[in-house]
Amino acid sequence: MHILLRGRDIPNIKQLDVYEAHGGFDGLRKSLAMTPDQVIDVVKASGLRGRGGAGFPTGVKWSFIPQHEPIKYVTVNADESETGTFKDREIMEENPYQLIEGSLICAYAIQAKAVYIYLRGEFWDIGEQLDACIAALREENLVGENILGSGYDCEVYTHLGAGAYICGEESALLNSLEGYLGQPRVRPPFPAQKGGGLYKEATVVNNVETLANVPFIMTEGAPAFKAIGTEQSAGNKIYCVSGHVKRPGNYELPMGTTFRELLYEQAGGPLHDDRPFKAMLPSGGSGPIVPLTDEVLDTRMSYEDCAGIGTIIGSASIIIMDETVDMTWVASKVTKFFKHESCGKCTPCREGTYWLDKVIDRILDGRGTADDVKRIADVAENMAGTTLCALGDFAANPIIHTIRHFPDDFAQHVQA
Amino acid sequence: MAIIGNPKYEQRIERHLAKYETKRSAVMPLLYIAQEEYGWVNSDGIGEVAQILNLDPTQVKSIAGFYTMYSEKPKGKYWLQVCTDLPCALQGADDFHAWLKDELGVDEGGTTDDGLFTVEHVMCLAACDKAPMLQCNFRYVEELDQNKMRQLLAKWRSEANGRG
Repeated sequence: MHILLRGRDIPNIKQLDVYEAHGGFDGLRKSLAMTPDQVIDVVKASGLRGRGGAGFPTGVKWSFIPQHEPIKYVTVNADESETGTFKDREIMEENPYQLIEGSLICAYAIQAKAVYIYLRGEFWDIGEQLDACIAALREENLVGENILGSGYDCEVYTHLGAGAYICGEESALLNSLEGYLGQPRVRPPFPAQKGGGLYKEATVVNNVETLANVPFIMTEGAPAFKAIGTEQSAGNKIYCVSGHVKRPGNYELPMGTTFRELLYEQAGGPLHDDRPFKAMLPSGGSGPIVPLTDEVLDTRMSYEDCAGIGTIIGSASIIIMDETVDMTWVASKVTKFFKHESCGKCTPCREGTYWLDKVIDRILDGRGTADDVKRIADVAENMAGTTLCALGDFAANPIIHTIRHFPDDFAQHVQA
Repeated sequence: MAIIGNPKYEQRIERHLAKYETKRSAVMPLLYIAQEEYGWVNSDGIGEVAQILNLDPTQVKSIAGFYTMYSEKPKGKYWLQVCTDLPCALQGADDFHAWLKDELGVDEGGTTDDGLFTVEHVMCLAACDKAPMLQCNFRYVEELDQNKMRQLLAKWRSEANGRG
């Protein structure tokens, strides 16, 4: 059953009348009849965790907002830029009202005055569609002043980024929205605190997929949501599968489904029958790579189970590589991404990604030595944990983990 | 033309200024308008955006330089950005990108002599299940191969020559 990708089950759910005919905005109506604290309690009880990658409990995040502050904001992270991620795009293209409804419920729960949806710039057409949705909702008194006679006022706006991965990092996103360079901020203060959020006001930043879950939680109740998935990973998740499988695409399945079920039953197994799977990046370029062993294939896709195999489920942008793929080349590809996307603020990330790229190029050219492989591992380890945001750690991961799991792929390029 | 006092943009600029708590927040949407008017973000556009927002042109220029979707030099009429990031590369995007440059006779970032096509590679565009793909003037074109691309190039050439 789809909770998020309902556009696949219900034709024209992107139209307001169809969305409403299928229970649309019942979740908001129910929320408006409750106190904001009660709404937060329901979301807490549901076990929903952030779908952008970090997996932080959503209701807990909302509860950090200081109630006594007069001005608060919700910012929707629709910057979808992680390599291999294309789930938020489908939600917003095919089921846009569900995202807006979830955002409004969050806004009501923290008593925000406005919602800003920060879209990656390439999603300008999705932005136009969302603007049209917002205009239609204003006609129905679902956006604007005194929503449905509740006395609660809230505006919803879209904002286009312009091509910068770093703006998916929440404090960089806020800087970008304020018209500054999209670079991370020093924390504390955190976005949820006065001084740390949008225009220095307390702000919730949530991913598109996270918020799109909220209407279901409010209409069906927290226990119904918690009944899906595993103990620590409730609900469905959209898994974006790309690379060497027969049927790449988005798959919405309960958390806790095994990698084997996703990759063989759903995505059709290896692209070429005579080329077995070799490795998987389960969370795009930023999470640790793992060999696709039987043990990994039988692992459940949950926050807790993925930690057990030394990686993360993150945003579940699952990139699959078959036995023909050289992991040195993979390390190079991912490093070039982070070198390009490093915002330049922190020295370890700016200089580290630059030198990693140069040395890996040398290794791939056959001019590297075994010492070069040790050198890049050393540089990567010195980047991890030394930067303002997680990008420095993300950029270190592809080096550290490809060398750890696939040392022969590096050894074949270098002379001892 | 210009963007200040241009009736084509007046309402859009007003709408963006009304959206935010500060004028400065409108710098990104206004840079898109400048790019639309001039074809790229030139110094006239930067000056006008700065004037509207009461910013120094240097501040606006730093924003334009930070983001890859603002072009700081003129591009071809069709700006082709091929995704060559890992998921697309696993589906042959590097070869496709090399072939496309060869087909058009340009180097990375170069523009054809007739001014029609600029080719460059970009990072992940969130279309990994539809590789190889590119965006042409920020419109996605997905599930490409050489045949399909040749047909598109022919179509765009004919459009540009007023026969489309």
